[in-house]
Amino acid sequence: MRLLRIVPDDTKFDFMRFRRISFPISAMLSVLAVFLYFNHGLNFGIDFVGGTLIEVQAKSGHADLATMRTTLGGLGLGDVQLQQFGGQADVLIRIAQQPGGEQAQQAAVEKVRQALGDAVEYRRIEVVGPRVSGELLSMGTIGVFVAIGAILIYLWFRFEWQFALGAMVANVHDLVLTLGFMSVTQIDFDLTSIAALLTILGYSLNDTVVIYDRIREMLRRYKKLPMTELLNVSINSTLSRSIITHVTVSLSLLALLLFGGRAIHSFTATMMFGVVLVGTYTSVFIASPILIYLGVGVGRAEAADTADAVEAPARART
Amino acid sequence: MLYFTRWKALGIVATALIVCLFAVPNFFPQETVKTWPAWAQRHLVLGLDLQGGSHILLEVDTNDVRKQRLDAVLDDVRRTLRDARIGYSNLVKRNDSVEVRIRENSDFSQALSKLRDLSQPLGGVLAGGGQRTLDVTDAGDRLIRLTVTEPARIERVRQVVEQAIPIIERRINALGLVEPTIQRQGVDRILVQVPGLGDPQRLLDLLKNTAKLEFRLVDMSMTAQDALATRPPADSEVLFEGRGGTKTPILVQKQALVSGDELTDAQAGFDQRTSEPIVSFKFNTAGARKFAQVTQENVGRPFAIILDSGEGGPEVISAPVIREPILGGSGQISGNFTVETANDLAILLRSGALPAKLTPVEQRVVGAGLGQDSIDKGKLASYVGGALVVVFMLVTYGLFGLFANFAVAINVAMIFGILSLLNATLTLPGIAGIVLTVGIAVDSNVLIYERIREEVRHGRSAIAAIDAGFSRALATILDSNITTFIAAAVLFFIGTGPVRGFAVTLGIGIITTLFTAFTLTRLIVATWVRWVRPKTVPI
Repeated sequence: MRLLRIVPDDTKFDFMRFRRISFPISAMLSVLAVFLYFNHGLNFGIDFVGGTLIEVQAKSGHADLATMRTTLGGLGLGDVQLQQFGGQADVLIRIAQQPGGEQAQQAAVEKVRQALGDAVEYRRIEVVGPRVSGELLSMGTIGVFVAIGAILIYLWFRFEWQFALGAMVANVHDLVLTLGFMSVTQIDFDLTSIAALLTILGYSLNDTVVIYDRIREMLRRYKKLPMTELLNVSINSTLSRSIITHVTVSLSLLALLLFGGRAIHSFTATMMFGVVLVGTYTSVFIASPILIYLGVGVGRAEAADTADAVEAPARART
Repeated sequence: MLYFTRWKALGIVATALIVCLFAVPNFFPQETVKTWPAWAQRHLVLGLDLQGGSHILLEVDTNDVRKQRLDAVLDDVRRTLRDARIGYSNLVKRNDSVEVRIRENSDFSQALSKLRDLSQPLGGVLAGGGQRTLDVTDAGDRLIRLTVTEPARIERVRQVVEQAIPIIERRINALGLVEPTIQRQGVDRILVQVPGLGDPQRLLDLLKNTAKLEFRLVDMSMTAQDALATRPPADSEVLFEGRGGTKTPILVQKQALVSGDELTDAQAGFDQRTSEPIVSFKFNTAGARKFAQVTQENVGRPFAIILDSGEGGPEVISAPVIREPILGGSGQISGNFTVETANDLAILLRSGALPAKLTPVEQRVVGAGLGQDSIDKGKLASYVGGALVVVFMLVTYGLFGLFANFAVAINVAMIFGILSLLNATLTLPGIAGIVLTVGIAVDSNVLIYERIREEVRHGRSAIAAIDAGFSRALATILDSNITTFIAAAVLFFIGTGPVRGFAVTLGIGIITTLFTAFTLTRLIVATWVRWVRPKTVPI
């Protein structure tokens, strides 16, 4: 049986040359993402801003959005958003945080239930009070930073500090771009989004670490190989793995995205963007070349003139 | 790398098999599993998002607790000064303190020392630490200020939570709901999780109802209308009777004759004559004696049955006239009940009053229909995702792909085994975590196989290449998985509910992935190498 080879053996792409393009592009995209974050904002879900979310299903099989909108609009609950959710019968109702503390939120649910009556089935009701939402947001933010810190310390133990720092820069870059993506698409930003961000963090690093492991191995084995060359060889030799793994992860995510239902839709969409698109790009075009700027293998380039060094890459292939 | 002693091989297979076996109870109906020995009963618990149910976070109303404390201090001060025959004026609550002005300068030092005695060491005499319940200070100009200390306030909140939990438990059990989880969260919160439930609103109403029942005499010295128009007598107040439409004002004494604490039982039933729904109750001995005495002394006068639900102030349920002394210690309340409200009131009275107001600060309810939908979608996504990965691995690595698929299958079975062993909760994001693990688990195989391919290209013999491939790839696998594991661990500690479910499956998935990569896959390939003695590697 002939096996599939997505990446041919012995690729020799000069990835390092792209760093003059990839760094400015990434910098620009990051700035854009930050700009979007502050100007366009994230679509914070009730987990973080408080409020009420009610998912109803019309028993008749077809929800009349216009009528529901007028009914609920007349309740004096401030900003009420209705959205078709999944099928024709499903409607998602979002009610902004009510003034008047925790009790007022409960009262809002009661009003909606009375207004809509028995014509609908209540599939989900979520009420998050102002205090809890504030706490969830700070917990989520702290969580992301703690994770970044913990991973940084681990990498520092396992590698040299330049690697840890490089991985960190790459990571923050991933997170910033993902936040930008969430801002552009206005995907719900809730607790599961924090889960998605942390998973992206984990997997993007997973990828980076695989390449770094190879770079470290090469650094030990070929003492005099020029740094750019060494990085290129490292990336090329792990390229096939990177791509195959990303295909399998994408296949899993794709299944979740298509069949997992609306409840985890924003979660998987974010993950797809972060893990598959950004994560892969980052480990090859950001995390690896940044090692040069951080001074890994300084002094190698000069030594490259010696005959010994020139032979090294050839030997690496034998 | 490819050599295993017989015992080691056996150990690996046995471990994998045993862990997988723990997943077995999940495939049998609950009733069947219940007949098995206890160690074999452990199984997955479906999260509230999958089986439907209510998640309610209640917070002790610290304002209410503070008010209660200050009221108690106020009473103590009044009693102490009265007992010592010390004249005072202006006994008031101000912010977090009670203030009292002593009338005579000569009494002041005695008053101060008497009131200082009200302050107790916190946590009993033996606890030490010098913390006291009250700060009693001389505010000058014959004014004494008693402030409830912060530690005392926190301690009180802690006690309230402690007392409230069994009461909540009784209320939920009385509703006939199975397997509720009720736990303290932080200092002042209680998390209530109740799977599968008909009417979440009713549950919520039952939970937040303080249900303080009091029997008080109706004050006949003036009509309620007059009291509203002018001023009620000092020891009385106007409360309202009636639900919904009309509200009748009733002037009642502030002093309670008997309170709900002294009930031993309450049941919903029907009045024999009018067949209206009623709640019948029974007092304990002390309560019965008090009630008998009071009713004996007040035949012909009305008394009020008052319920404080914690919202909108106390309310008169009914105000019947005492026709004859009630000596048996039992009675009945009738007051425009429906069958359900009578039932709920009986539940509340049986379970006892909450020590303070509880406010719901977070509520998440998932209907059973949505839960089932989520299960179905999660299953479908898992099957499709799994199938795609399996086919892809076969196409890419052939026989070795088959090995990888086998390892991944064992991997997933082990995840379920461990989840069952921990009685862990499976949520929809948790299912996503498993699907993702499938994608990631094959990564360890991909790393190994790609390394083997490389070693082959570098001219090694088949067996040497496989050996080197494993030994070099495993270090990488370890490093890359630990970073993800750190992220999962953080998520576990900050997350709640469904998100925590994701962290759990992700974390366990990483552990099983490491196990299969380091042992099982290696064992399979090693066995194949010994069997076939390959000259070339088929990947």
